[in-house]
Amino acid sequence: MAGYRLQATRDSKNAAVAADLLLLVFARCASLAARPLLSCGLRPVACSLSLFLVSSSVFGGVLPDDRADALYHRYEGGGVTIHGPSVLVRKKMAEKYSISANYYMDMVTSASIDVETSGASEYKEERKQYSLSFDYLRGKTTYSLSYTSSEENDYEAETFSFGISQDLFGDLTTISMGFSKGADVVMRTTRDTTTGQRIVDPTFEQDIERWSYRVGVSQILTKNLIATLGLEVITDEGYLNNPYRSYRFVRPEDDRKFALATEIYPRTRTSNAVALNAKYYLSYRAALQGGYRFFSDTWGIRADTYHIGYTHPLGNTPWIFEVSYRFYDQGAADFYRDLFDRVDQQNFMARDKELSTFKSHTLRIGASYEFLRDGTGFFKKASANVFFDRISFDYEDFRDARYSMLDEADPAFRPAGSEPLYKFDANVLQIFVSAWF
Amino acid sequence: MAKYAKRERSTNTLPTAYSLQPAACAQLRGALALAALLALSACGNIEPWVKPYEREALADPIMSFDAHPISTAYTHHVFEAREGARGALGSAGGGCGCN
Repeated sequence: MAGYRLQATRDSKNAAVAADLLLLVFARCASLAARPLLSCGLRPVACSLSLFLVSSSVFGGVLPDDRADALYHRYEGGGVTIHGPSVLVRKKMAEKYSISANYYMDMVTSASIDVETSGASEYKEERKQYSLSFDYLRGKTTYSLSYTSSEENDYEAETFSFGISQDLFGDLTTISMGFSKGADVVMRTTRDTTTGQRIVDPTFEQDIERWSYRVGVSQILTKNLIATLGLEVITDEGYLNNPYRSYRFVRPEDDRKFALATEIYPRTRTSNAVALNAKYYLSYRAALQGGYRFFSDTWGIRADTYHIGYTHPLGNTPWIFEVSYRFYDQGAADFYRDLFDRVDQQNFMARDKELSTFKSHTLRIGASYEFLRDGTGFFKKASANVFFDRISFDYEDFRDARYSMLDEADPAFRPAGSEPLYKFDANVLQIFVSAWF
Repeated sequence: MAKYAKRERSTNTLPTAYSLQPAACAQLRGALALAALLALSACGNIEPWVKPYEREALADPIMSFDAHPISTAYTHHVFEAREGARGALGSAGGGCGCN
């Protein structure tokens, strides 16, 4: 096996390759995470983000490079603005151990269609997330442990994760598996009748338990082609509702209007996802990437995700440009309806547009500029990066209920159930600096 | 109901599978064990068809599925918060929590 080991002079580059090969399996430690439980239509995912960061540091045979990243993110779309920082630091010790830590924050201002339909007014809130992971490399096997904590005023989440990966066949193949266990506490806010301030409702507290099981394999297929295949099963049990969101039904006394009632979800959900990704090196030094993911769950949702991307370094300059396109196509949950015929029509009722039938298109452009390429002092190299995504959501059975909330004399008024289908575009900006040391 | 029906049909097929003669069962188990052994043995002898010195292109940073982990994680977060699907995110995806 020693004969297959990479030469020392190539170690750093090959470390990056090996890291990529295992990415798929751990790319979704965040899976425990939780579906976004939304307060008045918005609730940051509990712990997915940093779990991903933590888990993506698990590689077979090599540990990730020492690096630090600082990112500013901003999302605007559908009446929602979310922005904030994220900081990630990774450090190796004795080439056998690696520690990484991540801090992430969402600062939210929301007047989404859900908020408007519910009659609530714009609100602001914050979410903070901390994570810590530890990796241990022994031979060609890497063991990983991680912990993530997410806090909001009305939602708390903790997740523990374990992973193991192994390089095989002269490092052409890497297999890996992982397990995560999460526990969430769902609360809700209410308005204090005496002070008028929003406070956490002392009469409402619910739990969610989450389990995630992952297996994956990555494979070098040719000198220019690598591919990854991953499978993940996630099970949730507990209060999976959004305590703020309502379904709507035809108002009995006026079928041109609707009324609202609190959604009712099943208390369990199990999902399966399998993803295949590949990347091909083009001879003039560029990279072409493609991927597909199939998803289904016990709520009746089925989704297909397609992705292609192209990376192009600009000659020998420090510039690298990226462009990619992503297409997502989802079928609705069995208990989703835009407008129910009456209150309590069935056991489970939802009008979360994330559970509806819709498609989304995402176009990305990005640029990276490398500096300190020859290293200086403490740093080996660094890069400055800007990515911009334009996402278009087109819902096929989620209508813009604001039209039927208008006065019937208003020319724009539409009766409930015949409003225009909802759609919106979102702009996502990321600006970040990376430094290797 | 379809799921239950399927399960029932599946259960009904089990006696057929186990109604083989004991000798046949033993032969089947032996064959499976031999196949597994051969498979494992073959795995041990697999020669890497892409040698380490042929992986220069694969080692190029532009071939990384995740050259920017902090960005990839955020992107996954953005999508996850707005889609019903989840899990098995590799080189693409996202997740935040906002509607």
